[in-house]
Parts: sequence; structure tokens; C-alpha cells
Amino acid sequence: MWMDLAIKAGLAVVMMLIVINIAGIHSWVERKQSAVIQDRWGANRAGFTLNSPLWRWLNPLLRPIIYLGLFQPIADLLKLVAKENWSPVGGMKWLHAVAPFLYLLFAFAGFAAIPFGDTLHVAGRDIALQVASLNVGFVFIFAMAGLGVYGIVLSGVSSNNNYAFLGAVRGVSQMISYEVTLGATVIGIVMVYGSLDMQEIVRGQGALLWGWLPKWGVFVQPLGCILFFTAALAETKRIPFDLPEGESEIIGYFTEYSGTKFGMFLLADFVETVMVAALTTTLFFGGWQFPYLQASGFVFPWGAEVAVGHYAVVAIQVVSFLVKVIAFCWLLMTIRWTLPRFRYDQLMDLGWKRMLPVSLANIALTGLVILLIEAL
Amino acid sequence: MEAVARKPGTVTPAGGVKRGPLTFWERVYVVEAARGVWITTVHFFRNMGYHFLHLVGLAKGRQAAVTVQYPEERRYLPPRSRTRHRIVRRDDGSPRCVGCMMCETICPARCIYIVAEEDPDPNIEKRPKRFDIDLGMCVFCGFCVEACPEDAIRMDTQMVDLAAYSRRGMILTLDQLLAGEPAGPVESINALGERVHG
Repeated sequence: MWMDLAIKAGLAVVMMLIVINIAGIHSWVERKQSAVIQDRWGANRAGFTLNSPLWRWLNPLLRPIIYLGLFQPIADLLKLVAKENWSPVGGMKWLHAVAPFLYLLFAFAGFAAIPFGDTLHVAGRDIALQVASLNVGFVFIFAMAGLGVYGIVLSGVSSNNNYAFLGAVRGVSQMISYEVTLGATVIGIVMVYGSLDMQEIVRGQGALLWGWLPKWGVFVQPLGCILFFTAALAETKRIPFDLPEGESEIIGYFTEYSGTKFGMFLLADFVETVMVAALTTTLFFGGWQFPYLQASGFVFPWGAEVAVGHYAVVAIQVVSFLVKVIAFCWLLMTIRWTLPRFRYDQLMDLGWKRMLPVSLANIALTGLVILLIEAL
Repeated sequence: MEAVARKPGTVTPAGGVKRGPLTFWERVYVVEAARGVWITTVHFFRNMGYHFLHLVGLAKGRQAAVTVQYPEERRYLPPRSRTRHRIVRRDDGSPRCVGCMMCETICPARCIYIVAEEDPDPNIEKRPKRFDIDLGMCVFCGFCVEACPEDAIRMDTQMVDLAAYSRRGMILTLDQLLAGEPAGPVESINALGERVHG
């Protein structure tokens, strides 16, 4: 029993490290990727050189790090941590302090239900590579995403600032509007794979369509994939949908935050980006599935088989999951540096008048097709 | 792709551009968003490709970024731009200034301070004993250059990074003014831009 607990704790730590590292490096990726997209260099100055004769030999090693701008996130972090822990006059001090913690907590909690590999057999144990093997994984993830609204509400209400309050109102209405579409698109996936368990959905995506095409969500639910990705993009509250934040122009809900607490909001945004990438991967791009890789090895549609050891299979699966997640993080970042912000009425129109009806139609269509396939 | 190509806009008499109604695919937005993402993606991979080629020493002629790395690389300012002053020397090395006070008189910021003395050369009446310019007060109007009858003061050093830790440090003396050299033309930013964008 203690061993099981230790294994779960270990898995939680692994997942946490994966997420926090990908999210942390986003602050660097954000600078450098935008720079490369816009024909610039990006941050390549932050850093230090060592003048002491004892450590001077390290300078050639530091230079490429400075050149790549990798000291910039550290400098950002030091700046944020060194700032005063301030709370607004007339605000609710305790709630103001709690809001970013809640926001970050719920952003992280959803990852518990994301599987990053199939069952690992080691030393006579079966370890499911998933922090919490929930049979209602979906509901849990959307519940956590929904609870994240509390962070926004509390930060807006407790700041004693009308702009922050309005930002929070915009944030809440946006999150709630797009969560409807998010839930509706996922129903199509649930209907196709017949389970609410994330691990079962990913296993279902290992099957082949017509004997050659991996049965990934994107192939059986192309419309659902686009709708889900768009709605999830809105949930991250980053640029085409950044009306709740809009730091420089329209003043968002964390206006009254500085220092570490501001940093937590920033990190939570990146964590949500990784969450969207992980969810899209899991639901629509086969999760940890690698095309034609079965538990025994590669089974190609033209009949060839390549036996692969169990540990290698699990390693390929985990790496496959991570590569897909990072690719989606890249895509999300590219979208963030491509599209301009929506106007608020456009945002609401898109959510309620376009995406919701289309996603409902998608459910009906999926049901019809499934019925037809079963009848034939 | 015909369906998504934008109709050419018509220019109104007021100078604005009147665009036609959006097509169906433009209103769907997904296609237009994908086209935008395609443009940024092409930029990303082209630039990353050149960055990697530069790392291994290839394709040095193609720029991956148009950024000028300022303190190390400088763009050549237009020849008529007014930068830090210098005092021109004669062929024998003495300052060309004859201490006529024209620049000091015309200076609207009153940042020039000249003390003249007798010149040992009998053909020249005066020479500056002190010639101070307080750059903290200078407005870079260039009147001193225009007023000078001897073409002794010029503002063509291309030095724009003028900073000091104190107000006193902003005052340039005659020696510093004589030390200024006209900057040679470096590669202009336009040439860099042409190389990147073909």
C-alpha cells in the first residue's frame, strides 16, 4: 500500500516536473519565437561574465547561454521575486493573496488525469503512467478548468480596482461561454471511443481505420478538433482571446498584482497553454500512441512486424506524447504571434452564434454516422 | 485557393480603401487564420534555417534577422545628421578655430564657452585657449556649424551614444573635441534589409 502511494507520488512529481519545465521555458520561447517570426534576434544580452582568475575559464561556456538568451527567464524570475509583496489599499488582502494560488493550483490539477504513457510493467507491478486513473477523467479536467474561474473572480473582486473588476467579468464570461463549446465538442470524442476515461480514449486511438490510418480523434472528428482547439485557445486567455488580460491596453484582472503573485498568473497562463496542448494531443492526436506501435512492437499495415522490448515501447510512447505536446505548444505560440485580438462582441458572437451551433451539429452528425455504421 | 483570395480594394477619393464584402471563407475565419499562421510559420522556419546554417558557417550572405546589434554593429547615419561636435585641424595639426566667438554667440542653448588667446603665427590673429561644449545643454541645432567662418567646427563624428555619470562629465574640452574623427561609412541598414528581403 505504501509502495502504491510512493509510486503515485513519484508519477505526480514526474508530471509536475514535465509541466513546470515546459511552462517555465515558455517565457523564453515566447521571446525567442516571436523574435524569429518577426525577423529579429530576441533576448541575447542578459547574463554575466566572471572576472575572477579562478573562474574565468567558465566564460566561454557562459557565452552561448547568454547568446541564446537563456539567462533572461532567470533574470525575469529574480526581478519578480525581488519585488515588494504589495496588496492594494482598500482591497481584500487575504483573498488578493489567495487568488493567484487558486488559479495556479487548478491549472495544475487537471494534469492528474492526463495519461503520458501506457501501463509500465516493472518488478511485477503494473504502473499506469497517469497520476490519477480516473474513469471520469474528462469531467475532472473540465471541473478543474471551471474552478480556475475562481482565481479570476477573486483577483478581480479583491483588487479594489474597477478595471480589474471589469477584466474579471470579461474573463468569467469568456471562460463560461467557451467551456460550453469545449464540452460539446468533446462529446463527439466520447461517443466515438465510448469512454470518459482518458486512458481508454487514448487506447481506443491505437486502432486502425480501414487497416492503415491511425484512428486518431482528428481523423474521426475533424470538425470537433478545430472547434475544440479554438475553444481551448480561448480558455488560455492568450492573444487572439486575451480580452480578460490585455495588460497594455484594456487592463485585465491582474492589474493590481506585482512580484511573485503576478509571476504566478503569468506561469498559470503558460501552464494552461501546456494543458491545451496536452488535451488536444490526448483527445485528437493519439496521446502517447505512436503510429503502428503496438504493445509488442511495430505492426505495419503492409504486414511487416518489428519486435520492440517493453521498456523501449514505453519510452517511445512517453517521448511521442512529449513531442506532440511540445509541437502543439509551438503551434499555440505561433497563433499567439499571428492573430490580432478579437473585439468583445466578435468574441461572444464566435462563441455563442457560430461555434456552439456547429459543435451541437457535430454531435448530431457523429451520432447519426455511428448509428449508420452499426446498422450496416 | 481562388475562393479565399481577397478582391482588390478600390481607393476612394478621400484616400481610404473601400474593401468589398467578405467572402464566405473569409467569414468562416479558420482559413484566413490558417493562412496567417502559414506566413508566420514560413518566417519562423526560414529564419531558424539561416540561424542554423550560420552556426555551421554557411549562408553568411543571407541574414536571419534584420536587427542591428547596436553597440557592436552600428548603422551609418545619413551624412547630414548632426552628431557629436569635433574641431577640425589645419594641415599642421593646430585647431582651425580662430576664436571669433561666432558659434558661442549664435548658440541658442548657450552651451559653448570659448576663451581666446594670441596665436604665435603672425598671419593668424587668435586661437582658442579653451573651447568647452556642454553637451548636457546642447540642443544639436547645428547653428554653430553654420555660423563658423573657418569651417572649424563640424558635427559629423557619427557619435550619438553621449552619456556621462555627472553633469561635469558632459562638458567636452578642446582636447576631446580635437580628438573626434569623422566616422567612415559602415554598411547601411538599407543594404541589410535588401539582403534579407531579396
